[in-house]
Amino acid sequence: MDVLMLSRLQFALNISFHILFPTITIALGWFLFYFKVRSNVSGHPVWMRIYRFWVRVFALTFALGVVSGVTMSFQFGTNWPGFMEKAGNVAGPLLGYEVLTAFFLEATFLGIMLFGSRRVPNWLHTLSSLIVAIGTTISAFWIISLNSWMHTPQGHEIIDGVIYAKDWSQIIFNPSFPYRLTHMLLASGLTASFLIAGLSAYRIVKGDDKIAPKIALKTATYTAAILIPLQIFAGDMHGLNTLEHQPQKVAAMEGLWETEREVPLLLFAIPDEENRTNHFEIGVPRLASLILTHSADGEIQGLNEFKGEHPPVKPVFFAFRVMVGMGMFMLLCAWLGSYYLWRNNALPGWLNKVFMAMSFSGWIATLAGWYVTEVGRQPYLVTGVLKTIDAVTGLPGGNVALSFTLYALLYGVLLVAYMGTLTLMCRKSIEIEEITSEERDQARAARYAAAKA
Amino acid sequence: MPFENLSIDTLANIYIGLLGLAVLLYAVLDGYDLGVGLLIPPREERFRDDMIASIGPYWDANETWLVLAVGLLLFAFPEAHSDILQTLYLPATFMLVGLILRGVSFDFRAKVAQVKKRKWDLTFKYGSLLTTLAQGYMLGIWVTGLRTDWAAQGFALLSALGVTAAYAFIGACWLILKSEGELQQKAFYWARRGLGILAGGIIAVSLANLFLHEEVRNLWLSAPWGYVLMAIPIACFALLGLCAVVLKRLPAAEGRGEWLPFGIALLVFVLCFGAFGVSYYPFVVPGELTIMDAVADANSLRFLLVGASIVVPCILAYTFMVYRIFAGKSEKLSYY
Repeated sequence: MDVLMLSRLQFALNISFHILFPTITIALGWFLFYFKVRSNVSGHPVWMRIYRFWVRVFALTFALGVVSGVTMSFQFGTNWPGFMEKAGNVAGPLLGYEVLTAFFLEATFLGIMLFGSRRVPNWLHTLSSLIVAIGTTISAFWIISLNSWMHTPQGHEIIDGVIYAKDWSQIIFNPSFPYRLTHMLLASGLTASFLIAGLSAYRIVKGDDKIAPKIALKTATYTAAILIPLQIFAGDMHGLNTLEHQPQKVAAMEGLWETEREVPLLLFAIPDEENRTNHFEIGVPRLASLILTHSADGEIQGLNEFKGEHPPVKPVFFAFRVMVGMGMFMLLCAWLGSYYLWRNNALPGWLNKVFMAMSFSGWIATLAGWYVTEVGRQPYLVTGVLKTIDAVTGLPGGNVALSFTLYALLYGVLLVAYMGTLTLMCRKSIEIEEITSEERDQARAARYAAAKA
Repeated sequence: MPFENLSIDTLANIYIGLLGLAVLLYAVLDGYDLGVGLLIPPREERFRDDMIASIGPYWDANETWLVLAVGLLLFAFPEAHSDILQTLYLPATFMLVGLILRGVSFDFRAKVAQVKKRKWDLTFKYGSLLTTLAQGYMLGIWVTGLRTDWAAQGFALLSALGVTAAYAFIGACWLILKSEGELQQKAFYWARRGLGILAGGIIAVSLANLFLHEEVRNLWLSAPWGYVLMAIPIACFALLGLCAVVLKRLPAAEGRGEWLPFGIALLVFVLCFGAFGVSYYPFVVPGELTIMDAVADANSLRFLLVGASIVVPCILAYTFMVYRIFAGKSEKLSYY
């Protein structure tokens, strides 16, 4: 394997591993803030118990995000020196702003959030939770801005092959940025919701009859039920934006070779890049035209218009179907779950198990979505400006092969350890004494009595 | 745009200053928590919880200074970044593996069964060791101007040991400040032992430094900078001597003067860093590449400087606030 392929694999491995954790923490930070506020407002101890359980999950997830993020910050320069030489004047400040305005904020206030509640007044502890949530979101803002600029670059000029920034507001708020940021933040909301719901369902299945997991399950399921239609809408808007700026990516997503009208929506097919055709197509007539152009006979450009300039079709085509399929399944689960929770205050046993199985469904959808958009940008690193092959390192392939193997082993172990530890934390929390329904009723009665008096 | 009147020379100097600040803060802050990791006793388990509790609220933020330093190097001096990190690709990879291992074991250990906890503790220790050795080695190779011959390798190995000793020393001083009783006694013992090794390390590195670059040798042997530079190792030894005396007198009643060893260690770090700074300025790769040759586009530098001049003071302020909040002896780590 050559150094280009190895570098791409290593970068894909690193960034795929890294994104798992911020995807959880961005939204989990806001969930924690919500739990903390509920605790302050109601004074009921159950909210603090939920907070404590999930703040520990947050700490572990955040740590994995930090260490894999440090690795990322080295790889830009080591494996893609061409990227920094040519696009560094744009990428550098955006990354710099992320470190300055987000990383320090999160990391510092996390210390107070985790260990400070006995040392600081309650308002400062609540404020720290808010600041950490804001920090994770600011971090998403900058990195998505840079990533979106790589997809839809504007506001720069090229002199002697080097990119210079001309208009920073155009660079930051480039055409695909609002769609991508919304899509990613909602993805994070869904990933955290399904994680909270899944682990709570696991506790319930394992015989935990305390109210904390029930409340957490309800909060998360309702949140997911609200977010998922928003996400489908945002995804659709994002797709239209992509059609405008990167039509070759949409053609790969749809598996469309020739420019056509009345394009069917392919539910399944096996794209064959050599013969530039599909096998085993199953499609719904005209639906792709309808979705993408909002007219049943709308014309969509096919891959053959972009020969040599379009991404590899298979990964984009399949990743897109995984993402959409997972999204639809999440919609079904969230709505069904909300229905049962609203009517019976509990999930039927089988649905509890489905939620358990869906704990990490957000990861699958998010990764698939990122593969669609990132592989879909190939062969370019910065669309129309810089090709991936022109940015790669001149390092000896053996060195990259060694580092790639090390990272792959390490990340495999860490992923297993992470999931194992979450399971263990759930099982431990079942044993720990916690408030029961009776206690809750007593507390409620006491509050009523106080209010009457 | 603001800062329009700053010339590219000034910008290069401002950014090398910021980069220097980030590296120095990283070396001190992550230095003590790496040091505590190094000192984890492989057999005596009773100290481990307290040792790790002493760095609990800080390590995430400490490590962020490394991200800032690498980010600034990458952005302000891209050519230097790609020269340095491509030459040092393998040691950098080992350092990252070490950082990953120690960073995660910190969190895993608190959440798993007792048997596995021991494994994570050792992962924490040896992850820290891998990190400090790799950092010292990288520093050594960087000082030689990214040479890879045998002499440079030898110097880098020396530097790896020196940096590890320095981190262990400042870690021990941190523990003196944050711990009590038996662990504090142990920390005194570690600090005393670390002191001697560190002093040896400073002599060795200073001498080797004189033979590496002709320009540096000339600078050290010429007035007036020579006097300043010569004063630095002398000041270091005076401080370390003072520290030895302090360590002998402590612990005093009511914990008076417990902050002194850490304060002295901090000063020694600043002095050593200053010596490097004066010796190699204006080079960003010693003897090979100056900051002016490597500096990035002025407009982009100005754009980030706007934010940096607002945000960096805020970061320093809230970092200070957190150290105030958690001042005093560390408590057991519990998420309450």
